[in-house]
Parts: sequence; structure tokens; C-alpha cells
Amino acid sequence: MIRLTDVKKSFSSNHVLRGINLHVPKGESMVVIGGSGTGKSILIKSVLGLVTPDAGEILVDGKDATKGDRDAFLARFGMLFQGGALFDSLPVWQNVAFRLMRGSLKRPKDEAREIAIEKLRRVGLKPDVADRYPAELSGGMQKRVGLARAIAAEPEIIFFDEPTTGLDPIMSGVINDLIREIVVEMGATTMTITHDMSSVRTIADKVAMLHDGVIQWTGPVAEMDASGDPYLTQFVSGSAKGPIEAVR
Amino acid sequence: MSILAAIGAATLAFLASIGRIAIFAGQTVSHLIRPPFYFKEFGQQLLQIGYFSLPVVGLTTIFTGGALALQIYAGGARFNAEAVVPQIVAIGIVRELGPVLVGLMIAARVTSSIAAEIATMKVTEQIDALVTLSTHPMKYLTVPRVLAALLVVPLLTGIGDIIGIFGGFLVATKTLGFNEAAYLQNTADFLQSTDILSSLAKGAVFGTIAALMGCYYGMNSGRGAQGVGGATKASVQAAAILILAANFILTGVFFSA
Repeated sequence: MIRLTDVKKSFSSNHVLRGINLHVPKGESMVVIGGSGTGKSILIKSVLGLVTPDAGEILVDGKDATKGDRDAFLARFGMLFQGGALFDSLPVWQNVAFRLMRGSLKRPKDEAREIAIEKLRRVGLKPDVADRYPAELSGGMQKRVGLARAIAAEPEIIFFDEPTTGLDPIMSGVINDLIREIVVEMGATTMTITHDMSSVRTIADKVAMLHDGVIQWTGPVAEMDASGDPYLTQFVSGSAKGPIEAVR
Repeated sequence: MSILAAIGAATLAFLASIGRIAIFAGQTVSHLIRPPFYFKEFGQQLLQIGYFSLPVVGLTTIFTGGALALQIYAGGARFNAEAVVPQIVAIGIVRELGPVLVGLMIAARVTSSIAAEIATMKVTEQIDALVTLSTHPMKYLTVPRVLAALLVVPLLTGIGDIIGIFGGFLVATKTLGFNEAAYLQNTADFLQSTDILSSLAKGAVFGTIAALMGCYYGMNSGRGAQGVGGATKASVQAAAILILAANFILTGVFFSA
């Protein structure tokens, strides 16, 4: 469904992506792992067109992701941002129903609100949260609202950027379980960016290890621990010794 | 680096920023005339830029009008021309001080607020979120702000002109001994429609500059709190300088000859 071929991206002399090759089949949950600053977020932003790659090809369902109707293309995606990226000026329900109140997916206001409350309930938030503003919510609640927004229009493809960053282990577990449940329930194709190994084990069907601008290893999550790949082994064990430099 | 090279680099950087701002303005116009239009956001900006700026505009212009009356009276006394206070206050406020002060107050209040808000949205990935939600940031953020400023700042300028003249009227009639009816008559007789039109036109241009600079620097801010602070500072500086430069040009266009 999503295929990246030799995708490259540099910022001045910093070559972030040096030739990414990755395939995410339809309905699969792919988790991309790697250290901080290795270009994981740039990778998913390249697919969404938020960052323009310098070279390479990104295909979604065999079609070039950079060409064609952008609105129709983006309407197929949902995205949970690392910090939530909720709009401060809008109440929670309008954040969740943002896509349902504008553009090609526009619905009547009451219907959009109803769907938003239903999605909030789906991520474990009570309806009274709907009229509060993002600044009034805890970090965990903001992540849940971000998740509700990502699934509000029932997209075919969902991206999760560091879904558990900044959360305590219990809340991280809750978010991981929610993501897994929703992904299975919706049958969506997903890409998750993380360096949290508990997220990997809960969410992933397949894992891709990004280091030094290329995918060092990719395979089923069940094979991750016995992969024999020195980069992946070091990352999974959290050891300072190995091919990945501890000080970058 | 030699001095010439440094001057050359600075000149190139300056010209490049003018080019980027011109492209940004062109993109804004292009989005202004193409749907979708976000009327709710436009309405909110009319309130934010127009209604909520009234107190600062009113206070600025009333004090300036009053001070101007005192200055003209004191200066005019040197050559027995104290009687020209109503005329000079009117022309000074309507042609120059009204639009310029309103423009600068809008730059201080609105440009800074727009730049800080949009820059914060950028560093917290809210701009990226808008894109992923199939909403163009230029249409949703820039167009409503620039259009609202274009329409509402001339109105604020007109109100500022009236309040400024009223400030002069208060000082002249309550402390300098001018007759109220004669003061108003002199003001009305002396002002021409060109004076008022130039004032409103300047307001439209200054409002557009103020909103455009806030949006441009917000959208192009650096990372983190320092990026937001830098964008806010740069936007107000650019808006203030461009407003004063535009005022010089517009004054030449309207009143030279």
C-alpha cells in the first residue's frame, strides 16, 4: 500500500535520509524505530507531503504521493502528532471533528459533534471533555484527543508519531493498547514512529530499524529479538556498546 | 571577510527577504480569491483586529490630538497664529498622525499577536496538523487575518481621526479658550475629501502590512521559544518600518504637486 524507494532528504550538509526503501502492505501495522534525530519523523512527513524529499519515489496504492489531488490524498490519512498538535483556540470536540466540519467530508454541525463525542468515548474520554479546551487537559488526555482526531474520519491509513512520548508507563500502556485495538478494529494501515520498545511490542506487526539514514533491518516483530542484526540488537537491549554511537 | 563583501552579503540577504515577502503576499492574494473561504475565522479576526483594538486606538489618538493642540497653540503664539489650532490639528491628525499612529498601534498589538500565535502553532506542529486535515494554512490563517485588517483598519483610522480631532477640540476649548462652535466649523471647513480619503487609504495599506508581516514571520519562525520570540520581534520591526516607508510614499502620491 505504501512503498518508499530510495527516498533521500538532506538539510544543508545533514543527510537525514540517505536512501530509504520500505514497504507497508495494506492492513499492516509497521513500526519504525531508531534513535532520536535519525529522521523517523521526516520519513512520515515525507509520505504526507509535509516535507519534500530530494530524491526517490513514494507510492501510495501505486500512485505517486506527490502528484494528484492533495485533498483527496490527505483525506485517506489520519495522524497523531508527537505533542498532540491540538488547536488551542478550539474546544476539544471541534478539534476532533475538524475534518468533519470542512472540505469534502463536511457534515452538519450536530452530526459532527455527535461523531466527535463518540470518538472521544472510543478513546476513553467522557463527553464532558468535549467542551473543554486543550490547555485544560493533561498530557495523557491530549494524546487521547489527538488519537480521537486521527480516527474521526475513519481513515484508511494512520500515522502515529511518538505516541507515548512524555507519558508515564501506565498511560503509555493505555495509549499503546488503544492504538492496537483501534488499528485492528478499523483494519487500517498504520505507520508508527517510536523509540519506546513497549509500544513496538504492543502495536507492531512488522518493525523497521532506521539508522544512519537507511533502514538497517526490517521484519516481523516476533523475529526482532533474535534478528542477529547488530544495530537492532543494540537498540532493543538499550546497550551503550555496539555499532550505534551512544554520543551523537 | 572584507567590508565590501559584508555589505554585499547583507544587501543580498535584504533583497532575498523582500523577494520572499513579495512571494508570500502574492500567495496570499492568490488564496484570497480562491475558495474555500473560512467566514467564521474571518469574523473572529474582524473582532480581534477591529473591535478589541478600539481602546488602544482611542487612547493614543485622543492624547496625541490634545498634545498637538497645545504644541500648535504654543508654536503659533511665536508669530501670532494661535487661531490656526483647529485647522492644523485637523490636517495633522487626518493626513498624518491618525493613520500612522493607528498603523503603529496595530503593528504593536496585532502584528505581534498574529506572529506569536502562528509561530507557536508552527513549533507545536499545529500548522502541520492543519495540512494533514486537508486545510491550507494560508487560507485558514493568513487570508482571514489579512482581509480583516485590510477592511477594518481604515475604519479604525477613521475613528482614530475623529477621536484625535476631539482631543484637540477638548484641549482647545477647555484650556485655551477657543469657542466650541467656531472650532468645529473651522475644522469642517478646512478638511477636504482628499484628506479623508488619503487617511482611509493609508489605513488600508498599513493594516494589510501589519497583518501580512505577522503572518509571514509567524509562518517562517524558528524552533522553540526563541524562534517564537524572534518571529514576534522581527514582525513588529518590519511592520513598523514598512508602515513608515509606505506612509512616506503614499503622502507623496496623494499630496505632492
